[in-house]
Amino acid sequence: MNLHEYQAKELLQQFGVAIPRGTKVTSQQEAVEAAKALGGPLWVVKAQVHAGGRGKAGGVKLARSLQDVEEISGRLLGSTLVTKQTGAEGVPVRALLIQDGVDITNELYLSCLVDRSKKRVVFIGSSEGGMDIEEVAAKNPEKILTVAIDPIAGIQPYQCRNLGFQMGLGKDEVNQLVKIMTGVYNAFVQKDCSLVEINPLIITDNGQMMALDAKITLDDNALYRHKDLAELRDPTQEDEREHIAHEIGLNYVALDGNIGCMVNGAGLAMATMDVCKLHGGEPANFLDVGGGATADRVARAFKLILSSDKVKAILVNIFGGIVRCDLIAEGIIQAVKEVGLTLPVVVRLQGTNVEAGREMLAKSGMNIIAADDLTDAAKMAVAAAAK
Amino acid sequence: MSILIDKNTKVICQGFTGSQGTFHAEQAIAYGTHLVGGISPGKGGSTHLGKPVFNTMYEAVSATGADASMIYVPAPFAGDAILEAADAGVKVIACITEGIPVTDMLKVKATLQISYPDVYLIGPNCPGVITPGGCKMGIMPGHIHLPGKIGIVSRSGTLTYEAVWQTTQTGLGQSTCIGIGGDPIHGMSFVDVLKLFKDDPQTEGIVMVGEIGGSAEEEGAEYIKANIKKPVVAYIAGVTAPPGKRMGHAGAIIMGGKGTAADKFAALEAAGAKIVRSPADIGAAMKAYFPG
Repeated sequence: MNLHEYQAKELLQQFGVAIPRGTKVTSQQEAVEAAKALGGPLWVVKAQVHAGGRGKAGGVKLARSLQDVEEISGRLLGSTLVTKQTGAEGVPVRALLIQDGVDITNELYLSCLVDRSKKRVVFIGSSEGGMDIEEVAAKNPEKILTVAIDPIAGIQPYQCRNLGFQMGLGKDEVNQLVKIMTGVYNAFVQKDCSLVEINPLIITDNGQMMALDAKITLDDNALYRHKDLAELRDPTQEDEREHIAHEIGLNYVALDGNIGCMVNGAGLAMATMDVCKLHGGEPANFLDVGGGATADRVARAFKLILSSDKVKAILVNIFGGIVRCDLIAEGIIQAVKEVGLTLPVVVRLQGTNVEAGREMLAKSGMNIIAADDLTDAAKMAVAAAAK
Repeated sequence: MSILIDKNTKVICQGFTGSQGTFHAEQAIAYGTHLVGGISPGKGGSTHLGKPVFNTMYEAVSATGADASMIYVPAPFAGDAILEAADAGVKVIACITEGIPVTDMLKVKATLQISYPDVYLIGPNCPGVITPGGCKMGIMPGHIHLPGKIGIVSRSGTLTYEAVWQTTQTGLGQSTCIGIGGDPIHGMSFVDVLKLFKDDPQTEGIVMVGEIGGSAEEEGAEYIKANIKKPVVAYIAGVTAPPGKRMGHAGAIIMGGKGTAADKFAALEAAGAKIVRSPADIGAAMKAYFPG
């Protein structure tokens, strides 16, 4: 789950990370009032959306007067922002952050995340802040510095100093970095983050180090112990179908193709998409109905797939382990009865209670194409979608 | 022979009296697994499924001499359960539980490395481990397996079943099958499992099923190149998966350009593995090494 910039900054501030003064607003009037309270003479108006690349997409604007603030706020609020990370449909702008303009003398990069290979929380630091860190990694890989934190010892000041001096910082700046990295690490482990990214981490003209921007992704698995953070979820920033899927406990990602896929298990779901592609088709979604799939869940998953008008054929691929094939068949029949079926459905069932499942589908009298193995199933679905 | 577990392995079930634990313990017993009891704090002294229930792993190990544990404890308590099993002296732990917070697993992993280096942890968020015909510790459907010569290691549950089913259909059968789990921080890696398959005389061929993300498959490929003479068939899921859907930028950076399906296929092919572009081809590709 992602946080908005203003939420991420508030969280980091609680852990001792300095941030510029600013206020979150949801109307033009609030924006002007917030700007007045901040005093000026320079403000930054920032669209609060769950996507990077806001600046280039026009979602971050400098304002030199209250009129500017009013005009920019009016234009951004209620608009849809399309950045390189959002896809063509964009994301709605429902809130803005009105932030004090600060004079910047240096822009750095700092992030904190889990490194699977090292099995540690790591920090990535770079003297090249403010730009796309992937570009820095491609052009100047030597400017990307990392430090891994022992989960039992926790973060140590020497690790922060080492990173700071390697980034070319002076003594006073390094001391501030120690405080910021310690705060970020504590926020990361205490609030169960999976990513904290500060880009840029700036040094102001009076020598203060602060987070000019911040991005936080939380570990969904740990939200049960952070009820306050779970409430910050913003469904307006999520794909509508992905949000519905989340609500009913399905793992769903919308894609651009026309073959709707319903599979049990994330690995098999990815593999099913791959096999579709291998045989010339394009998957419309990734959908893992999970290990505990019941007839009802299958029916809801089916309806979710059918709710996209891009979908021209449906491919069901189930390898029943704990999931019983007869329950899957029951769910498919139930869903088709409820929503009415106009699209071709290819079903490949294998595993526990497969005979019973196949028989139920065959006897249902519905237009369901049965396939024995994954290759046949994918070929049939590709052919059906192309008609 | 086989690896990790066999018909003599004495298995404990943690989370024994819960619905998941009950269902899968029943299945394990029906499969012939030597299940010697289970844990349910506060219910010690009672019996469940005809087996003794203990309050703690220490009691269970001292009373039964158990050497393995399968964990069906809910996610908030699963990290604790893993460390309890390790501290009680169990050497093989299969944690099936899905959804354990990453920060919990970071601590568990570091503690295992320092204090219990000889413990094999499988998972979490995995189907578990099975030695066909002998011992089933996990949620895989037992009936699709066949005792035989192929070792299977996979990050995904249902894709493991796919590989199992095909090697059963072709008559090759399996020595031991392990789902190492899809979580960012988990126990045994591909390399850990490959090392055991390499030295197991029953295992004549190895199926390795990977996924996008991380660099565990690349590390497995390096190990195969340097050490494994047995035939290896490999498949990687996720060629069509959209990049960066979960982690954003920084995740890709740390991997140093590793992690795509194309990179992983290339690394495995260079290591001498037979790669298949569709999981439906795993069985036939392995069968080609064992004509007749």
